[in-house]
Amino acid sequence: MMVQAKLASLKGIALHEWAVRFFFGGAVCVAAGLIARRFGPGVGGLFLAFPAIFPAGASMVEAHEKQHKARAGFDGTNRGRTVAGVDAAGAVLGSIGLAGFAVTCSICLPLFSTAATFGLATLVWVTLSITFWLLSKSRIFRHMRGGKTTLHAFRNP
Amino acid sequence: MLSSPAGELVARFLIGGIIVSLFAVIAEMVRPKSFAGLFGAAPSIALTTLGITIVQHGKNYAAIEARSMICGAIAFVLYAAAVSWLLMRYKTRALATTVGLLPLWLAASLAFWFFVRN
Repeated sequence: MMVQAKLASLKGIALHEWAVRFFFGGAVCVAAGLIARRFGPGVGGLFLAFPAIFPAGASMVEAHEKQHKARAGFDGTNRGRTVAGVDAAGAVLGSIGLAGFAVTCSICLPLFSTAATFGLATLVWVTLSITFWLLSKSRIFRHMRGGKTTLHAFRNP
Repeated sequence: MLSSPAGELVARFLIGGIIVSLFAVIAEMVRPKSFAGLFGAAPSIALTTLGITIVQHGKNYAAIEARSMICGAIAFVLYAAAVSWLLMRYKTRALATTVGLLPLWLAASLAFWFFVRN
């Protein structure tokens, strides 16, 4: 399966949808800071992996897919929810990478410069996420799941 | 800007909003959707918060936060898997499912954190 990047995809997104993401992103960062100040770095650190924009993103994926189907004259409710589920399955793999990011930061921050640590940790996140995504698409995993699955039935949503 | 408490909160809000939006732009651009989903778990909050924490409290303090973040990330794996399963199996509403399962993330991350700490 080919990974593609299309600038044109950004055209269909309304300004208020970007505003929601900006607001939630900023609000969670503020909340993480306040929680760390009140309860210490142990509890505060948990919120560095808070699913900040995931609910907003998933509901927008559902709404866009539903609108897309409605334009073609179909009821896209179920399709929209399945595509949001596929998006969430991707987030499972991304969060494995996020755990790798956290491990790298906890080990490297006391030893190396901030820039080097952040660069390495981001590289670890990208590498782990893509590796697990490729594995999930491989024949071995498809075989383990018993052939064609819901995920594969929606190959190009 | 980071010297006063109010300035710190404004900086967190603005930098956090910008970094989260940047990852959201990438997620919207890429296809297929399962690949775009990887960016739903991007380290956007972590990059912002750790960066500001390092400026204010130093790298060792930030490393403690990063250690706890491992528990939060493992809880995120469980949370996203539960969301994906419910959406694909029962076709529930995305917003209700994702928001309704946030207590699962909180409970799982606190449970992992207590388990690791003791």
